[in-house]
Amino acid sequence: MTRYFLRRLLALIPVAIGVATLTFAMIHLVPGDPIIAMLGETAAPSDIAEMRHRLGLDRPLGEQYLGFVGGLAKGDLGESISYRRSVASLIAERFPATLELTVAGILVGLLIAFPLGIISGTRPGGAGDIGAMGFAILGISIPHIYLGPLLMILFSLDLRWLPLTGRGGFSHLILPAVTLGTALAAIIARMLRQSLIVVRESDYMRTARGKGLSPMEAMVRHGLRNAMTPVVTLIGLQAGALLTGALITEVIFSWPGIGRLLISAISARDYPLVQGCVLTFALTYVVVNMATDLAYAMIDPRVRLD
Amino acid sequence: MRRFALNPSLTAGATVVAIVILMAAIGPLIAHADPFAINLSNSLAVPSLAHPFGCDVLGRDVLARVMSGARLSLGVALSVVAFSLIAGSLIGGTAGLLGGWIDETVMRAVDIVLAFPGILLAIALAAILGPGIVDLIIALTAMGWTTYARLVRGEVLSLREREYVHAAETLGARPARVLLRHLLPAMAGPVAVQATFGVGGIVAAEAALSFLGLGALPPTPSWGNMLDAGRAFLLVAPNLTMAPGIAIGVAILGFNLLGDGLAQLAGTRS
Repeated sequence: MTRYFLRRLLALIPVAIGVATLTFAMIHLVPGDPIIAMLGETAAPSDIAEMRHRLGLDRPLGEQYLGFVGGLAKGDLGESISYRRSVASLIAERFPATLELTVAGILVGLLIAFPLGIISGTRPGGAGDIGAMGFAILGISIPHIYLGPLLMILFSLDLRWLPLTGRGGFSHLILPAVTLGTALAAIIARMLRQSLIVVRESDYMRTARGKGLSPMEAMVRHGLRNAMTPVVTLIGLQAGALLTGALITEVIFSWPGIGRLLISAISARDYPLVQGCVLTFALTYVVVNMATDLAYAMIDPRVRLD
Repeated sequence: MRRFALNPSLTAGATVVAIVILMAAIGPLIAHADPFAINLSNSLAVPSLAHPFGCDVLGRDVLARVMSGARLSLGVALSVVAFSLIAGSLIGGTAGLLGGWIDETVMRAVDIVLAFPGILLAIALAAILGPGIVDLIIALTAMGWTTYARLVRGEVLSLREREYVHAAETLGARPARVLLRHLLPAMAGPVAVQATFGVGGIVAAEAALSFLGLGALPPTPSWGNMLDAGRAFLLVAPNLTMAPGIAIGVAILGFNLLGDGLAQLAGTRS
């Protein structure tokens, strides 16, 4: 296990370098001058030259790249232009909010998905199955940018049950978490149904029902555990959609995480901050993927580690 | 026809997609109002016979803007999927067919693109390229080609060991001919399923980018920027949010159902 873990950790290095290189290339090689975009077409040439020098953009590309990767290895992401603070400190400040929202979104997803998946998978073709799968296909099809405002209209403006925007106590978390978690719930419920239908036919399930358990009891006590591995894999596969979903949800609900930081950096043309946020998202995703593989190996002893 | 009767997803999906395409194709032609015509006396008008979905803050007809947005949304989604499909098939197909270091290099590049979660790569590229439809298509294609490259490479690796492919190679067919004439047609099923889901995915991604101000810019109506504009009037004019929101939901639902139906169809046939 330790050896497997270390090998996976080492394999992260080339991917991380690749991600950093592609991010650097996007910012530096794509046509268009960031300085002119930042200062406007009418800026004085002396101002442009000064800004270029301040950001180090007047140095040769290779030197800039080495400086960037070297800084990255030390956790230095440069200085934000709009905040006049280090990018790393800004990201460290906002990261917990994004983490909170994402974890809450996963919990909401599981909380909705399990009852739906179990109802569907225990009696496929029944009324409960049709209802649950109808909800699932709707849940997959409603984008965050519609679901979020829809929940705001219903629960904040009409019913006045929950706050509209911002981060605070538990009540602030509910609507963003539901916005983020609904699509995940729908996808997990569909997968859970599929794997429960397969599990349902197995001999040990027949035995469980034979010794007198109702189909639902047998499913919850014996079937569910064996249907769990694909769910863990699925959450790993959905981590990407979840992270950018969090980004959009943050913008909708004015949630002070890295997603909102990235979008405000984009509109302020704050390229060092854009670069830092994009890298943080990508590296988080890569690490989450590795963690899912490890969790997968721990839940299912049949998974071979080499 | 029996296949359709036994496959409600396919029937429902095909119907919804046909309606959405029809709305995009002829909606703006028969529209009762100009989606760009500003009339401040109609500002935030409630839904009525003259304006079924009401008017936005500048008094523009929301129904006309939703239909015009359908054209933009489907146009972008279909072009992005077409470009991604062509680029992905050629890149993935070549990698799978030639193998060796070419395959290794291509797949590492795919891994790095896929290390950017969800639509992050498109957001970053759109941010650097600047807003606009062409830049939007470029950004979404740069993100989208990898799915098809992986799929086509996997199919090539399994199909190339079939006897008819060996026969073609023995007869002296060049790799390009083997790929285009023998391999690509054989994988039409799974690729079509993927592309159908892909259209729904790109409709959602385009709307998200436009919502964030990185896609179609006002006054050009897109479902995403209409939802963004509607956020300021959630309390007084929820119709500004509901109309484009329902349009996006229905369009994505249609492509998802159609994809489910096609997957069932491809599954039962093989």
